[in-house]
Amino acid sequence: MSAFLRAMGAVVWKDLAAELRSRELISSMLVFALLVILIFNFALELDASARANVTSGVLWVTFVFAGTLGLNRSLAIEKDRGCLDGLLLAPVDRTAIYFGKAAANLVFILVVAAIVLPVYSVLYNTNLFAQPGVLLVILLGAEGYTAVGTLLATMAVQTRTRDILLPILLFPVVIPVLVAAVKATSGYLQALPLDEIRPWLNLLVTYDLVFTAAAFMVFEYVVEE
Amino acid sequence: MADDALIVVSNLVKRFGPKVVLRGLEFTVKPGEFVALLGPNGAGKTTFLRILSSLSSPTLGRVRVAGHELPRQAAAVRQRLGVVSHLPLLYGDLTAEENLRFYGRMYGVAALERRITEVLALVGLAPRRRDLVRTFSRGMQQRLAIGRAIIHDPEVLLLDEPHTGLDQDACDMLDQILTQVAARGRTVVMTSHDLTRVEDLASRFDVLTRGSIRATTSRQDMPRDGLLAFYRRSLEAAKTDPGAAQ
Repeated sequence: MSAFLRAMGAVVWKDLAAELRSRELISSMLVFALLVILIFNFALELDASARANVTSGVLWVTFVFAGTLGLNRSLAIEKDRGCLDGLLLAPVDRTAIYFGKAAANLVFILVVAAIVLPVYSVLYNTNLFAQPGVLLVILLGAEGYTAVGTLLATMAVQTRTRDILLPILLFPVVIPVLVAAVKATSGYLQALPLDEIRPWLNLLVTYDLVFTAAAFMVFEYVVEE
Repeated sequence: MADDALIVVSNLVKRFGPKVVLRGLEFTVKPGEFVALLGPNGAGKTTFLRILSSLSSPTLGRVRVAGHELPRQAAAVRQRLGVVSHLPLLYGDLTAEENLRFYGRMYGVAALERRITEVLALVGLAPRRRDLVRTFSRGMQQRLAIGRAIIHDPEVLLLDEPHTGLDQDACDMLDQILTQVAARGRTVVMTSHDLTRVEDLASRFDVLTRGSIRATTSRQDMPRDGLLAFYRRSLEAAKTDPGAAQ
């Protein structure tokens, strides 16, 4: 177990240290996310009540699009200089590599969310911080998204059409997490009773557990030649 | 099958779909040997090294490295292997010492900071230890790639065309490092197209073509007309060999 955690920690440290220096991944995700928000803001020209209704949808579409960009880049960095082979050559359980990459990707998405939320609140005149439950939904949704996304990005990066393949593979699989996250976020923003939000939260937790476990079981086969 | 062999490969077959890349390959390496694996493009050298390094699984046959069977005991084999390819397997946004620290943690190297200092001195990069790898020349990156491969002091070093893309000075420096590593009793298997360089480095020369080893000679048994002539004769013989199916 200690070797597993050591390897996982090393992968997380490596990704964060490299990103802290280059800011390549977070900056591209952030610029993309802000552009999506701006485009929605100007394109839809919604009144106040309509904005409240679309807030959660726009927010999650933004996270998913920006997240796909980040997932692709995160694995492309490994593949382009042969570093994926370097990781696979290490005498560690390969799922430690998966969990390390997934944890680092989760951090990147949460950093982007931490910057996007205040910007969104100002542009759409909606206080996203009024309900702490929204932050819980973002954490659960981002976990499920990165759990599946890291696995599928590892598959896609080994093909020549990786940039196109990842969204094609990923978007259908994350529909349940996207629907649950949108509904739960919307429920919190409309201050619905917890009983009405709970089923969506349960779906998010279940999705996170099932897909994290599935990734744990299949990652070894995904990277095998 | 030699009992004292460090690497034993028997009847190795590797298929990618309908394409057969390795056909019943037999290969044995004793501890301390420096084997140069020669062959034309597409002969299967890289595929063979990827199987030896556990990055690819054999379709058929037996592969044993340092007493452990592949692919069943892959983690134990990886602990005893260092691999250098023509790609550096290094992170450009980390410094030289950060790259070694990362790989050292992955291999669970004890007294890691001391080992990093030793390795950087060996590959001649101690003065650049805090520089980002993306600022390094190709030659410096390849020297650091050797440092990465030996950070855990492996018994076996596998090198896949390590001279690719290097200028003469960088090749000379790389050869010096490889000579030092081999002199410490490490077993080396290296693929190369540069016969002049491997002639001075290796103790044994195997010609791999059409998916199997077609000829082998040692430095002591080298024909008088040299390695290049031996290599050409081996390729010609393989072409006329009825067993060398396309």
